[in-house]
Amino acid sequence: MAAQGVAGVGVRSTANVLFVLPYMAVLAALLIFPLGLGLFLSFQDWDMLGGWNGSVGWENFANLFTDKIFLGTIRNTVLFVVMTVPAFVALGLFLALALNNGLRRSVVMRTIFFGSSVLSVTIVTLIWRLVYLPDRGLLADILGLVGLPSIDMVANESRALPSVAIVTVWWIIGLPMTLFLAGLQQIPAELYEAAALDNASRWRVFTSITLPSIRRTIVLVALIEVILQFQVFGQIFLITSGGPNNASRPIVQYIYEAGFRDWQLGFAAAASQVLFALMLLAALAQFWFARRREAA
Amino acid sequence: MSADTYRRGRSLGDRAILVAVVALTLVWIAPIVWVLGLSLKPNEVLMRTTGGLLSPPFTLKNYADIIASSSVFGWMMNSTIVAAGQTILTLVLASLAGYGFARTDFPGRGVLFVVVLAALAVPEQAIIVPLHTMFAFFEWHNTYGALIAPRLAFPFGVLLMTQYFRAISPEIEEAALLDSASRFKVFWRIVLPLSIPAQATLGIYTFLHAWNDYFWPLVSATKPEMYTLTIGLASMQTNFAQTEGIGFLMAQAVFAGLPVLILYLFFQRHIISAVSGGSAR
Repeated sequence: MAAQGVAGVGVRSTANVLFVLPYMAVLAALLIFPLGLGLFLSFQDWDMLGGWNGSVGWENFANLFTDKIFLGTIRNTVLFVVMTVPAFVALGLFLALALNNGLRRSVVMRTIFFGSSVLSVTIVTLIWRLVYLPDRGLLADILGLVGLPSIDMVANESRALPSVAIVTVWWIIGLPMTLFLAGLQQIPAELYEAAALDNASRWRVFTSITLPSIRRTIVLVALIEVILQFQVFGQIFLITSGGPNNASRPIVQYIYEAGFRDWQLGFAAAASQVLFALMLLAALAQFWFARRREAA
Repeated sequence: MSADTYRRGRSLGDRAILVAVVALTLVWIAPIVWVLGLSLKPNEVLMRTTGGLLSPPFTLKNYADIIASSSVFGWMMNSTIVAAGQTILTLVLASLAGYGFARTDFPGRGVLFVVVLAALAVPEQAIIVPLHTMFAFFEWHNTYGALIAPRLAFPFGVLLMTQYFRAISPEIEEAALLDSASRFKVFWRIVLPLSIPAQATLGIYTFLHAWNDYFWPLVSATKPEMYTLTIGLASMQTNFAQTEGIGFLMAQAVFAGLPVLILYLFFQRHIISAVSGGSAR
C-alpha cells in the first residue's frame, strides 16, 4: 500500500491520523482505561459503600479461591460449556448437512432454526419458563399426553443447568448452522463427484471428504461457542437465578452479585480477571489442540 | 450429504435424515406456537389448564392489558433510541477508522492497529465493574448516553470496515487525489458510497445486539423509566409465581418478540449474513 506515487493512496501524512482518532479516543476511554482500572481494582479493598481501604495485594484472589461458592461457579460454568459446545457443533453440523440444498422446505426450515436467535434473552427465558412450568407447562402437557408424570426441570439441582443448556441451544443454534452451511458450500463439487464414481458409501463420503474439508469451520465454531458460553449469564439468571442451592450459578452471575448487589468492587473486579484468564486459557488450549491435530 | 452435488436417490438414509430434521423443526417451533396460541386465551381458563390450545374461548384481553400498562411503550421507545443511536455512532466511528487503517498511512498506524486487534479479546465482563464505577463517578447512569456509549468501543466494526475498504480498488481514489481533492472529500464522496453493503451488514449487526443487550443496561439503567425493553420485560418476570396470569406473560413475550421476528422475515438474508459475519472474525 505504501509508495504509490505522489498523489497516491498510501502517502504518509500525520493528518491522516484524524480518521482513526475519534474511534481510538473511545477505545482508550471505554475499553483500555477500564481494563487497566479493573486490574488496579482487583488488588484493592474497594467497597462502594465503605469506600477505599487501601491496597490488599493478592487477598481478593486468595478469598475467591477459598470461597466454595466461587469455585462452584467455575465448576458450573465449565459444565455448561461442556454441555453446550458439543451440542452446538454436532447439531449445527447435522442441520447444515441436512439442509444444505436448494429445496424449498430446507429454506423454510433454515429460517425457523435461525429465527429464535433474533429474540432477546428476556423473551427466550419468558417462553421457556412457561414451557417448563411443572403443572401447566408445554413440557408437562406433552409428557401428560404420553402418560408420563411431569418433571420439575428448573427447581431440581441436577436438572437446572441442563434445562438452561437446552434453552441456550434452542436459542442460538442458528449461528453454528449458518457457519457450517458456509463451510459446506466451499467444498469443491468435484470431490463429491469423484466419490460418487467410486460408489463410496454415505458414511465414507462424510468421514473422508466432508469432515476433513470443514475442519477449520469446526474449530472456528467450537472456539466461538466456548468464548460465548463462558460468558453465560442472562438465561441462567432469569430462569434459575443460579439456584437451586447454587447448582446453576455461573461466574458472571457471581461477578454481577459481588459488584452490583454487594458493591464489593475490588472483589468483583478480581473475579472478572479470573473469568478473563479462564477464557484466554480455553481459547489457547483449543488453538493448541487444533494445531496439533493439523500437524498430526 | 449435500443433495445437489452427491445424490444417491431417495435412500433409506435420506428419509431418516428428513424425518429427524422435520422432528427437530417441530421442537423448535412448538414453544413459539404454544405461547402465541395461549396468549389469546383468558387467564381464568389458563389457571386451570393449558390444554385445549385450539378450542375457544379466545380473547384479546391480555394484549389490551399490555397496552393499558403503558410502560411497555416507554421501554420500546428507549430501546429504539439506544439501538438507533448506537448504530449510527458505530457506523460513523467504524467507517472513519476503517478507512484510516485500510487506505491511509500515518506515524504509528501499525501499532494502533495491533491495539485494535488485541481489543477483540476483551470480553464485556472483564471491564463491566470498572466501567460502572467510571460512569457512577461522572453521575452518568440512567441516561441514553450511558446506555449507548460502552459498546462503541468494541472493535468489531472497525475491523469489518477495514477489511471492506481494503478490498475496494485504490485506482478510483488516486484519480480524485490527482485532482487535488482533500483526503476527507475522497472518503466522503467516493469511498463511502461504495461501502453501503458493508454499512448495512454492520448496521443490522449493531442494531440487533443493542436491541437485545442485557448485562450493561441491567447495571446502568436502574430507574424504571430508563429501562430498555429487554430489562423492562425481565423486571416483570421476577415475581413469576404471583403474576397476573400466564396469559398476560405470554402476550408480553409475543408483543415484544413479534416485531423482531417480522423484521427478521423481511431482512432475513441481511440478518443472517450480519450475524454470521459478525462471528467469523
